[in-house]
Amino acid sequence: MTSRTEALQTFKREGRIVIVGASLAGLRAAESLRDEGFTGSLTVIGDEKGEPYDRPPLSKQVLTGWVPAEATTLPRRREVDAQWLLGVPASGLDVAAGLVRLADGREVPYDRVLIATGVRARPWPHEAEAALDGVFVVRTREDAAGLRQRLADGPDRVLIIGAGFTGSEIASICRERDIPVTVAELGPGPLVGALGAMIGEIASEMQRAHGVDLRTGVKVTSLEGDEQGRLRRAHLSDGSTVDADVAVVALGGIRNTEWLQGSGLAVGPWGIAADSGCRAMDLNGLITDDVFVAGDVARCPHPVYEYRFISLEHWVNAVEQAEIAAHNMVHLQADRWPHLTIPSFWSIQFGVNIKSVGVPTFADEVVITQGSVAERRFVATYGYQGRVTAAVTFNNAKWLDHYRKLIETAAPFPPPCPTPDQPVDAKPVPVDFPGPMLLAQGATVVVTGHDPDERRVTAARP
Amino acid sequence: MRVVVDLSRCQGYAQCAFLAPDAFRMHGEEALMYDPSPDDAQREQVLRAAAACPVQAILVDRLEGRDAAAEAMRS
Repeated sequence: MTSRTEALQTFKREGRIVIVGASLAGLRAAESLRDEGFTGSLTVIGDEKGEPYDRPPLSKQVLTGWVPAEATTLPRRREVDAQWLLGVPASGLDVAAGLVRLADGREVPYDRVLIATGVRARPWPHEAEAALDGVFVVRTREDAAGLRQRLADGPDRVLIIGAGFTGSEIASICRERDIPVTVAELGPGPLVGALGAMIGEIASEMQRAHGVDLRTGVKVTSLEGDEQGRLRRAHLSDGSTVDADVAVVALGGIRNTEWLQGSGLAVGPWGIAADSGCRAMDLNGLITDDVFVAGDVARCPHPVYEYRFISLEHWVNAVEQAEIAAHNMVHLQADRWPHLTIPSFWSIQFGVNIKSVGVPTFADEVVITQGSVAERRFVATYGYQGRVTAAVTFNNAKWLDHYRKLIETAAPFPPPCPTPDQPVDAKPVPVDFPGPMLLAQGATVVVTGHDPDERRVTAARP
Repeated sequence: MRVVVDLSRCQGYAQCAFLAPDAFRMHGEEALMYDPSPDDAQREQVLRAAAACPVQAILVDRLEGRDAAAEAMRS
């Protein structure tokens, strides 16, 4: 055996791995490490109390009232024999010393660490208004349990602030439960930020057809409470007001990376930069060998998307990156795997199964390639500079694999319709995203030094 | 018992909804809604549904109960 192989075998036998983050990615990584034959000490740190649970059902099955929020504990694929430090967040990472610091002052040493701290809900920016009784976010089990109870009590009107996937799913459930609902969205339509203007228009029609009071191009400027501190109404930027006793703030997430400030890792608002094998990058752009990232906080280059660093808040991305990171943590360079899966996600709303493959924001044109928009059964294909980069299906999930192959083979855009149901109006239109393409936004740094051995970067904070 | 469905893999074949209707339901034409914590009385049906899934998207806890343990041993 070479010394490298020997060192790896020793590490696999008696090394110390710490996983920071005890949700889907953290659990799957722990299981995969044991699958890979790691028998050393394994510690999993999580800020929430209780076993790892699944989040997608929180905005679906839980809010419909079908299952309680506590019912979403994740099934185990195997025993993991780990030490679980739950209910205490990590507060710092000392890469040089190989230590994770906990908020309660404890220090946990590691030989290799996996960062999987995920995302938290972006709170309503005005603290006193956010504290009003009836104002919710939906990210944790407790959030969902609270909102579930309130929906069961039969509110007069629910206001959803933000029409992304979570906001739209909750609006759908309100209508299913016959609860009056207003959706306020700053963009021109629901889902526009993720899927573009064409799908946004279809989603708008869908919401209105189901009785949602959809207000687009407006901002909620303030939430007003009564004397008992209960939400009473919201004021909108167009001067109108909405009387509502429940408001759901669905303005997306904030990546949990604050604890890594000062760690020397390439941390930015879109997560921690890493290579496609989930090894974290430091501020200098150098790959670290003992720090790995997975899930919502990982920002990895994808070769299919011109090696741009992409971070994804997708369930399957967390699962796959956890497995890739676990594999790479216990293998030598030559045996490491890149994460090359084409991204995919799903959303269930207004009786429609919306699924996506690829990166729809990585596109300049979009076209309906099969099915019928009117029947809410179609495929929209996204292209960038003449090649297929993504597809979105409405009640047409069986075709996703076909489009995945088109993306993987850089097939020309627009692709031909694979079925006889060629849409009548199959003309590509500009994808028309509302804002600048933010895929590449990361850490802002300052370069100092002259000679190669002294040139380094430091993080610059505005 | 604990269940999770990889809905990015699910293609809405609805086999599970036929075999374990209390745990798996179709929402609209092809969207699946499921009970992540079905009653143990449904274990047989749920295991059958997981086995029948054409895209193998249903994961049942491998640590609970004898059936699950036996299944884990076989894999």
